[in-house]
Amino acid sequence: MPTNIDLKALSQLPDSKGHFGPYGGRFVSETLMAALKQLEETYEKLWRDPAFQEEFDRDLAHYVGRPSPLYHAKHLSDHVGGAQIYLKREDLNHTGAHKINNTIGQALLAKFTGKPRVIAETGAGQHGVASATVAARLGLECQVYMGAEDVQRQALNVYRMKLLGAEVISVESGTRTLKDAMNEAMRDWVTNVDNTFYIIGTAAGPHPYPKLVRDFQCVIGREARQQCMDQTGRLPDALVACVGGGSNAIGLFHPFIEDADVKMYGVEAGGYGVETGQHAAPLSAGSPGVLHGNRTYLMSDEGGQIIGTHSVSAGLDYPGVGPEHAYLKDTGRAEYVDATDDEAMDAFRALTRIEGIMPAIESSHAVAYAMKLAKEMDKDQTIVVNLSGRGDKDIHTVAQIDGINI
Amino acid sequence: MSRISTSFEKLKKEGRSALIPYVTAGDPAPSVTVGLLHAMVAAGADVIELGVPFSDPMADGPVIQLACERALLHNTRLLDVLAMVAEFRQKDSDTPIVLMGYLNPIEILGYQRFAEEAQKAGVDGVLTVDLPPEESEEFNQIMQAHDIDTIYLLAPTTEEERIKYVCENGSGYLYYVSVKGVTGSASLDVQEVADKLDLIRKYTTIPLGVGFGIKDAESAKAVSAVADGVIVGSVLVNKIAALVKDQAQIAPQVAAIIKDMRNAMDS
Repeated sequence: MPTNIDLKALSQLPDSKGHFGPYGGRFVSETLMAALKQLEETYEKLWRDPAFQEEFDRDLAHYVGRPSPLYHAKHLSDHVGGAQIYLKREDLNHTGAHKINNTIGQALLAKFTGKPRVIAETGAGQHGVASATVAARLGLECQVYMGAEDVQRQALNVYRMKLLGAEVISVESGTRTLKDAMNEAMRDWVTNVDNTFYIIGTAAGPHPYPKLVRDFQCVIGREARQQCMDQTGRLPDALVACVGGGSNAIGLFHPFIEDADVKMYGVEAGGYGVETGQHAAPLSAGSPGVLHGNRTYLMSDEGGQIIGTHSVSAGLDYPGVGPEHAYLKDTGRAEYVDATDDEAMDAFRALTRIEGIMPAIESSHAVAYAMKLAKEMDKDQTIVVNLSGRGDKDIHTVAQIDGINI
Repeated sequence: MSRISTSFEKLKKEGRSALIPYVTAGDPAPSVTVGLLHAMVAAGADVIELGVPFSDPMADGPVIQLACERALLHNTRLLDVLAMVAEFRQKDSDTPIVLMGYLNPIEILGYQRFAEEAQKAGVDGVLTVDLPPEESEEFNQIMQAHDIDTIYLLAPTTEEERIKYVCENGSGYLYYVSVKGVTGSASLDVQEVADKLDLIRKYTTIPLGVGFGIKDAESAKAVSAVADGVIVGSVLVNKIAALVKDQAQIAPQVAAIIKDMRNAMDS
């Protein structure tokens, strides 16, 4: 890591216009500008309001089930033979992933702004389920946009959303995955901006979304920091998290930004291998551009068209990434690597058989890289891996890979 | 004076509003576009908005999304669109052309290179849907240095304080989005539009174009009574979509729609 960067200043971004260095910002059509400004003002006011904080914390404790455990995966660590691997068990949250931390927060914002309807985009369906869940609880109308391809590979989550009372809208345009679901959600929002709150699922999009999603997810890193101190007596040597849009990763990383000795690794979806072009790794193999309201690293061709992505995991199958990750990459504070489909599936099987924990395929990318990294480290060093979600939703995908029809 | 200002000045003297058609470059094939532009001018178009195809047109409804997809099947890129403008300019040196699209293709080409190439091709203005004035200081400076107007959107949701700010940054004309929604959506309410235009005119003397929700000669006429420019897109693109298999008919049939609107507006 470069030694000349001001870590304190880095941790206080974005600036007042939502910029992380050259990234972030608010690149949307005029109709949405007023709604984003209103959201920003509401958020800044409520985030500092003790009553809001109290309600948020209470929901995280009693509805989500926080704090989530930090589990020393001793068997896996022994199996790998290197650093000690600790798992931050976001998979044990209500609804099965870290996504609920953010939807609880945004649903409270929706409630305070008096909007009766929420919309969301979803890839793997975890954010859709988490949105449908909070909407059910607060009595809000909920529509979830999901790419037609993802509707197929995440059928279980689609049905969960329906049971929760949400309407799932299958998006047939473009590449029929997460980016197209986000386009369609934006179109809905621009049309129904007066009565609709858009719950964005990742730390990306126009300002203030990258900031507020991060703030809601930072509970992951704050807890992990304290739990690591309690269990090992010191901070971890490395953090590892998967990165699609990057909300679970930024939630883990952010509270450690000023701890210069804690290394951070974001693991992108390498798909069939970054060298094949069939992947979803904009930080590893993309370049800066503008999409979905923010400037960030993107996968686009030399004409500026967005390229189709590939990943075995629907939740990472996205051509962009949150703007804070783009800046953490450029400043060298975090490092971005990738794990291929095969490596992720191997890690899925390893964690399942060795620890009895079935990770989401998204989170399996982080586990895969952590196993690689641990080998190069000493036995008395520690790695904290964000186990961002559980793998129940992926059983059909895994069975299909095994050639089994359930 | 820029071609855009000259056109609006001339129309103002004649007591007419500008008719501003939108088509997507390269839809349904690159070979169609330049001829179509000439046909639209002959039928009464005063300014042309030429869409630059983008893979993820977030502010557009299904009609223009599909137009982008058809154009991208032929790999119509920003530089190809500029080549079309240059070809158009060989026979028409008066009709202003405004490129309309999204930021990423321009961002990837680079602002400076884009401005140079666009000026050389004969582009008069650029309307980048996802680039509000807050993010466009550098962009504006570079476009100004190349005599290209930066056209901004105003919406029903734009509050008075912000109207002032956007007006201060825009040049050429301002594009009032008459309905909350994507292109090709609901019909507009002319009285509501008129009220908002009055408010906007408190802060600017730049011509005001109105788009979204203008579907036929009748609505074009109604809007022309209150606005300096009438912008029509989806209704033309829909016609193009219906003639994908009969491309020779595209220019005459689109021109017929424009002629109808022109006649209604001038009557």
